[in-house]
Amino acid sequence: MGSPIPVGEGTPVAQAATSTSPGLKPPTKRGTELVMLAFAAGLVTLALILVELNQERAVTMRIVYLGLAYLALFSLAHLAVRRWAPYADPAILPCVALLNGLGLVMIHRIDLAQEDYAAKWDPVAFKQVIWTAIALAMFAAVLKFLTDHRTLARYGYTFGLLGLVALLLPGVLPSFIAPTINGAKIWLRVGPLSIQPGEFAKILLMVFFAAFLVSKRDLFTAAGRRVVGMDLPRARDLGPLLAAWGVSVGVMVLQKDLGSSLLFFGIVLVLLYVATERAAWVVLGIGLFSGGAVIAWKLFSHVQIRVQNWLDPFADYNDTGFQIAQSLFALGTGGIGGAGLGAGRPEMIPESNTDFITAVIGEELGFVGFAALLLIYMIFALRGLRSAIAVRDSFGKLLGGGLAFAVCFQVFIIVGGVTKLIPMTGITAPFLSAGGSSLLANYILVALLLRISDAARGPKVVAKPKLPQPAIADQHTVMVERPK
Amino acid sequence: MQLTRAGFLVLLWLFVLAALRVVRSDLYAASGLRVSVPGFRRNSKKSAGGSKAPRQLVVTHGALTGTRISLDGRPILIGRADDSTLVLDDDFASTRHARLSMRGTDWYVEDLGSTNGTYLDRAKVTAPLRVPLGTPIRIGKTVIELRS
Repeated sequence: MGSPIPVGEGTPVAQAATSTSPGLKPPTKRGTELVMLAFAAGLVTLALILVELNQERAVTMRIVYLGLAYLALFSLAHLAVRRWAPYADPAILPCVALLNGLGLVMIHRIDLAQEDYAAKWDPVAFKQVIWTAIALAMFAAVLKFLTDHRTLARYGYTFGLLGLVALLLPGVLPSFIAPTINGAKIWLRVGPLSIQPGEFAKILLMVFFAAFLVSKRDLFTAAGRRVVGMDLPRARDLGPLLAAWGVSVGVMVLQKDLGSSLLFFGIVLVLLYVATERAAWVVLGIGLFSGGAVIAWKLFSHVQIRVQNWLDPFADYNDTGFQIAQSLFALGTGGIGGAGLGAGRPEMIPESNTDFITAVIGEELGFVGFAALLLIYMIFALRGLRSAIAVRDSFGKLLGGGLAFAVCFQVFIIVGGVTKLIPMTGITAPFLSAGGSSLLANYILVALLLRISDAARGPKVVAKPKLPQPAIADQHTVMVERPK
Repeated sequence: MQLTRAGFLVLLWLFVLAALRVVRSDLYAASGLRVSVPGFRRNSKKSAGGSKAPRQLVVTHGALTGTRISLDGRPILIGRADDSTLVLDDDFASTRHARLSMRGTDWYVEDLGSTNGTYLDRAKVTAPLRVPLGTPIRIGKTVIELRS
């Protein structure tokens, strides 16, 4: 993209100028994406072969077919991107494909391990493959039907209400429809399906907050008192922050779900910070959350247990500290180079295919592989943030930044919990953990990010309503009263 | 056995490096607002008086502070309309507020009949005015200037 355009006599091209490239169409880079997808598919197939070999199972052509099927599935997603978001970022989809593929292989590997130990063997891998296919279909549908991410801003309040309902619904419903599983009340049971509405609420609420902050940005930048080099916001503008705090404390108390609560509040804070560029909001927010967390720790026993296990998981090894202690043993066994795919002992780790899947990966791939995995998450978030910077409308900037940060923060919460950096909170590792709701929601998130990056990188569409519109549009501005 | 274990890790890291390569090749390519590459001269001509030709437009005040748009000779539309080059979220800006365009080697600013006017330094822009480097142009609450 380096070809300089000769700067001659003024070219009064009166059409909408592209802000991006001089004259030439920007490269779509779809070819790069396909090559990277093929690379990811190859890696996943190799991982599956290694697992089968180490488990001393027959390696047949079936594995190659599975690998090809996986490639075909993502090629369909690639075609959807090529068709409906041709200028979208080329690095995002391959990163997601690799994470998802490795997740599938690990879930299959954990199935194999549990075959020998569990009383009732219930393979999860096949279900997860079905969920992946459904999620990719959803991904394509979002790309097709959402042609411009700015339309979302119009339904901001609707999404906000839906998100709030989805977030709080399992907490208030009776337990025959919203059962308490593993101490958390975050599932809805509809027939044979278990849905985790909080995963979708995450995205809905982000859309709402982005739309809300764009329309009310001035309010939040109004300066209040100045304390130690920081402009504190005015007291009356604290309303939304306090509301968000109330909701997240409510989630923590009603649903006993620390992870979602932290994730939700973190997203709100980052969106506020991105919209206003003022550190005061973050300081205030962290202060509020810490206060809430301390109070929750004083009042509720389940929070106390979490903190206790974080400080010393071996104190109560046989009961509550068991999960984290086993996870630490697994990571320690993995060491630098890992035990090798399929050669670890994932059956020793509880909840190994959901919350603690990163511990299983840490054991089998070691520090080196785990670091690569985290880097892939980071590249994903990096590309998301880059798209948010490059897109030209404020709503897109906020939403893109929020979506990319959400994935990053979720990884931090779960990996931090598994490695005993922060108290363990049950939350899924995006794209890796078994669970349909999480996968579906995260693929919708990826589709939204690709939509935004398509808008950021693509050539500006020449505005159609160029000729008749200006008169009306100008009249609208004339009606605004003159300040002088 | 050890070989396959190490081999898989190497391949995993190769994937990371390949992804980073894609990211790197994108760094200077078109992605909205471009980073100006040092030592990359776009304008061969220099304006009279030895001063450098402007190469980017920088927003110095307002909600979009810090935004940079590289100048490539095409006119720059500023306003609230979605198809403007610089889209302002500013109650004091009009839908199509002002245009910066290049004539010869100089950039000129003209007001497109905005409600609240466009100001070059302190003077209200009524006819196309030449924009010197580093002179603030005020549009509503937003201030932009040209830099080399």
